[in-house]
Amino acid sequence: TLDRASVDVVMNEIDEYAVEEALKIKEAVTSAGGSGEVTILTMGPERAVETIRKALSMGADKAVHLSDDALKGSDAVQTSYALAQVLSTLEYDLVITGSEATDSRMAIMPALLAERTGQPQLSGARKVTASMEGTAGVVRIERQTENGYDVVEAATPAIVSVVEKINEPRYPSFKGIMAAKKKPLTNLTIADAGIDAAQVGLASAPSQVVEFSNKPPRQAGQIVKDEGDGGVKIAEFLASQKLV
Amino acid sequence: MAEVLVLVDHVDGTPKKVSYELLTLARELGTPSAVVLGKGASAAAEKVAAYGAEKVYVSEAEELDGYLTGPKAAVLAQLVADKSPAAVLLPSNSEGKEVAARLAVKTGSGLITDAVGVTADLVAEQPIFGGSVVVSSKVATGTPIITVRANSTAPSEAPAAGTVEQVTATFSDADKAARVVESVVEDKGGRPDLGDASIVVSGGRGVGAAEGFEIVEKLADTLGAAVGASRAATDAGWYPHQNQVGQTGRTVSPQLYIAVGISGAIQHRAGMQTSKTIVAVNKDPEAPIFELADFGLVGDLFTVVPQLAEEITKRKG
Ligand SMILES: Cc1cc2nc3c(=O)[nH]c(=O)nc-3n(C[C@H](O)[C@H](O)[C@H](O)COP(=O)(O)OP(=O)(O)OC[C@H]3O[C@@H](n4cnc5c(N)ncnc54)[C@H](O)[C@@H]3O)c2cc1C
Ligand SMILES: Nc1ncnc2c1ncn2[C@@H]1O[C@H](COP(=O)(O)O)[C@@H](O)[C@H]1O
Repeated sequence: TLDRASVDVVMNEIDEYAVEEALKIKEAVTSAGGSGEVTILTMGPERAVETIRKALSMGADKAVHLSDDALKGSDAVQTSYALAQVLSTLEYDLVITGSEATDSRMAIMPALLAERTGQPQLSGARKVTASMEGTAGVVRIERQTENGYDVVEAATPAIVSVVEKINEPRYPSFKGIMAAKKKPLTNLTIADAGIDAAQVGLASAPSQVVEFSNKPPRQAGQIVKDEGDGGVKIAEFLASQKLV
Repeated sequence: MAEVLVLVDHVDGTPKKVSYELLTLARELGTPSAVVLGKGASAAAEKVAAYGAEKVYVSEAEELDGYLTGPKAAVLAQLVADKSPAAVLLPSNSEGKEVAARLAVKTGSGLITDAVGVTADLVAEQPIFGGSVVVSSKVATGTPIITVRANSTAPSEAPAAGTVEQVTATFSDADKAARVVESVVEDKGGRPDLGDASIVVSGGRGVGAAEGFEIVEKLADTLGAAVGASRAATDAGWYPHQNQVGQTGRTVSPQLYIAVGISGAIQHRAGMQTSKTIVAVNKDPEAPIFELADFGLVGDLFTVVPQLAEEITKRKG
């Protein structure tokens, strides 16, 4: 088994849950007499190394870091192309990502990767179980929906994204931190990964920023201390805003 | 005018409010065509016609509900190829965004998510950094695929033909890779859906216990609001996970958001900070939620919230 979990410049907190889930699956496989490996894959600037180290010190086995000036300014669609190119050079059963990055908040990387790789998309998992049926790997997740929850199943290899309900990420131990320094870290340029320079980077981004504008800062609100009529005060405010 | 495809979010043929908002917005960009997919889709035709859909593309293929996102993206990709629309609009909820992402890859197009407005020349506006900065973006490649947040446009009726066209789609194995084996519906107690509601009342750790949510619900009911919760409250089992607002819960942008006993952690703010008006009740004057609040009340929620509910009931007469 090879799991990929990703890290951003300051590891996106949600990605710690992805790493944790990968480690848990590996531990389950190992204790059942099998073997597995967790690989961290990230695309990002030089600084991403710090987060890779954190993931390795949590217990991941090795890491792949895609970093190249040509990638600068890539949008999500381009990033998914670059990550999928790297994935195509790796062998894995599961790719595990966060459901939604704290910075981008787009929550689309798992769907983009699934479409690119042709592998199943199991997004928003609050529970993951991986098992073997004969010689085929099966992964089953429980995902929150707007009305309740779904159970979704697919054959491996698959792309799974996790929400923070799934587990409690471990803290790296001192031993883990020391061991991380010796773990293999592969640095890839776009040429190494077979990424076409014409398809990444700001100039060819399929979505382009036209302008940024500052919104007038939110008017500092009114803060009132309750003097026994707090509820009435709020009602008066709501009425003044024609909200009730 | 060019066609603009709108993916309709619906339950058994009853469109959600956001779908009417998207159709209203689409009228500014071209001629709206509604795309209604899945169980009960045909029943939506008349309803979407009332909001300006000249055409209604319908498919009730079983695959659309039986597998995650792939089949819906496949139907849309086929429509994009056949109709060459000026743009495709989808709701910016988790399914809408995932379908949009797959559609972008299938059609080689650019994608913009979380828009709160789209101008006639297809420039989409997205709030970032908690709404303090607005980014205007344009799709430069392929067909613009834009997901738009609920409550971005006020829906208005404009009757149109609503000519129904059945779509027969073919699905690849990759489209049918993630099979839904079970779909469980949990009770919402008859309250509006968080994504659609124009008022949301949310409770956090300050509410103290599952029973404490009764006062949150009571306030919500007097306002016709949906009920949300912070992660602290859902993790404690006080309120269902489906009601969590925030980074890993729902993103809401209602006219009014009332935060009760919620500190305002960044992950919570991520899900509610573009609400038009924010009211907070918290006993800690230093709580970060007050930085966002248009009206903050420093006090004990157990006295303030019931008083507020009572006062509103009184005013409604
Ligand atoms: C990866 C990740 C994802 C996350 N996703 C989410 C998410 O989607 N949504 C989310 O909400 N959080 C999320 N969190 C958690 C978030 O960081 C906070 O821990 C959480 O929002 C805190 O919830 P809270 O405000 O209810 O609790 P607290 O921070 O404990 O705040 C409780 C507040 O209630 C007030 N209070 C207590 N008693 C009273 C009283 N009697 N009257 C009035 N006020 C009172 C206190 O002053 C305090 O400010 C996430 C965290 C991580 C790491
Ligand atoms: N550049 C990247 N490198 C590795 N993983 C990424 C990258 N961007 C996004 N991801 C993964 O995709 C998840 C969702 O991101 P997003 O779609 O940007 O909200 C993140 O939590 C990461 O696990």
